Amino acid sequence: MKILVTVKEVAVVDDEFEIDGLGIDERYVTADLNEWDEYAVEEAVQIKEAGDDVEVVTVTVGPEGTEETIRQALAKGADRAIRVWDDALAEAGLLDPETKAEIVAAVAADEDPDLVLTGVQSADDGFGATGVTLGEKLGFEWAAVVNALDLDRDAGVAHVRRELEGSVEALTDVELPAVLTIQTGINDPRYASLRGIRQAQSKELATKSLSEVGLDAAAVESPLEQTSLYEPETESEATVFEGSAEETAGELATLLREKGVEN
Amino acid sequence: MSVLAVAEHRRGELRDVSLELLTAGRELADDLDGELHAAVVGGDVDAFGEKLNREGVDAVHTVDAGEEFNHDVYTQVVAQLAEELSPSVVLMPNTVDGMDYAPAVASRLDRPLVTDAVALDTDDGLTVTRELYGSKVETTIDVHAERAAVTLRPSEWPTAEGVGDATIEAFDATIDESAVRSTVTGFEEVGGGDVDITDADVLVSVGRGIEEEENLDMIFDLADALGATVSGSRPLIDNGWLAKDRQVGQSGKVVTPDVYIAIGISGAVQHVAGMKGSDTIVAINTDPNAPIFDIADYGIQDDLFDVIPALIEEFGG
Ligand SMILES: Cc1cc2nc3c(=O)[nH]c(=O)nc-3n(C[C@H](O)[C@H](O)[C@H](O)COP(=O)(O)OP(=O)(O)OC[C@H]3O[C@@H](n4cnc5c(N)ncnc54)[C@H](O)[C@@H]3O)c2cc1C
Repeated sequence: MKILVTVKEVAVVDDEFEIDGLGIDERYVTADLNEWDEYAVEEAVQIKEAGDDVEVVTVTVGPEGTEETIRQALAKGADRAIRVWDDALAEAGLLDPETKAEIVAAVAADEDPDLVLTGVQSADDGFGATGVTLGEKLGFEWAAVVNALDLDRDAGVAHVRRELEGSVEALTDVELPAVLTIQTGINDPRYASLRGIRQAQSKELATKSLSEVGLDAAAVESPLEQTSLYEPETESEATVFEGSAEETAGELATLLREKGVEN
Repeated sequence: MSVLAVAEHRRGELRDVSLELLTAGRELADDLDGELHAAVVGGDVDAFGEKLNREGVDAVHTVDAGEEFNHDVYTQVVAQLAEELSPSVVLMPNTVDGMDYAPAVASRLDRPLVTDAVALDTDDGLTVTRELYGSKVETTIDVHAERAAVTLRPSEWPTAEGVGDATIEAFDATIDESAVRSTVTGFEEVGGGDVDITDADVLVSVGRGIEEEENLDMIFDLADALGATVSGSRPLIDNGWLAKDRQVGQSGKVVTPDVYIAIGISGAVQHVAGMKGSDTIVAINTDPNAPIFDIADYGIQDDLFDVIPALIEEFGG
């Protein structure tokens, strides 16, 4: 059985930052593996550990600089990684879910996985649509916002829970092959061991261009164009207490007592 | 140039976001000088159809297909309706179910999709405003296409009111059952437990800013000193540091205490959905740009590890 996991390096923005054109000024960002993808990787690795003959392959659409982040997934137990990038992608405008799904679908067509795990969303642009778009493109079944997964390989069914609003979960049976978008909390992602980090260095990380996955530059053309990026006008009407921690705590204590808070 | 808004329901209830879609849909339809169509798929479609007949709705299409949401059925039905009506924009909700079918509908119809919109504009083609990086920045996206699909963030538009004079008609969709390859077998309420955070007058609510599980002692000490109950944001529940019954937010509980003290919580939209109705909101956060300050009444922009001990001391803890 083969599991394909989509992973993405995301930008984490500092408290204080500046905008540079249509992005955040690089001086104010650090790179990290997308939080949701960490859970997707862990879920795949747990399935591998619990079963025989399971291969876990990660796929990312991103420049060379993302390789260090991608190796984190290898260090946690993924077997190999595929990274798609080339000049056309580097020059592309917005990489919307449709574009990314098309590229991952091309990789999947080649890899022929039984199960694809993605994060529910990425922490930076938060589109939350790549996984389901991918399912539709591949002709796979899918389920979005999965917070429990019980795989019945013999029956070819994934028994999942979809986490709905208001502490309600939908128990759902999904036929394989399928794309599942994984929600945080589904498992307890491990830290990479030193041994894992060492091993990751020698695991295969293949780089492919669009043409190598069977697409051409037209794949990155999108009818969506990002036209501005700005800090929203603050809607804050908060009274901000100023001063040392003792002073602000004192003012807050006075306020709380006025509101009738006391033990 | 019409607009199609797709309603959402669950376990017999039409969800509010459906009526929010009608408000946004009417504004869009006015801009485009066209009609607003609403659709409801499955459940008690006659009753839902009546409810969707709000002021400004021109037509309601009801599709009798199953009791509950199933994305394979929704994708087929909405795609067929869109092909029949050819609306400029298909509006769907950015809810958990919306996330489960809207991308498939857009892909099947070959329409560009923009998700989680907080504002729409049609001055010069369709422009969608959305938030990035946990609401720290906003971006606008121009849609260069005749026809598009957009999902709307819940609670951004008011619900449509009044009674309209829409035609309410059954739409005869053809459902290919062999393409329905997932089944909802039941629903389960989770997060029932000993603590009822919805009943508390004062909530001391803690987020990822607390850094380590051990540091939670301080939060419980504060709650003791204030006679308050401890709740938290999702990462603390995901980490297993707090039980699920203490989670505030979209996938946790909706709380409306007299006082809500958010400590080291950024104020992500899914968190805010669960606490914005609190009477008085206090935020303690080192990041002056944290979105939680947008809805706070009082704020301290400082390190919680300095402020909380001082506050405990104030209450003689
Ligand atoms: C489908 C879905 C459903 C979700 N449902 C929920 C839900 O029900 N409830 C929920 O809460 N989230 C939910 N989320 C997750 C949500 O998007 C956020 O990821 C989450 O709310 C972030 O929690 P946080 O604010 O504690 O952490 P962060 O966003 O990491 O914020 C931590 C904050 O702590 C501050 N901080 C750090 N150190 C200090 C310090 N020393 N002193 C003071 N402040 C400090 C930081 O400035 C930051 O603002 C959901 C997400 C999805 C996709």
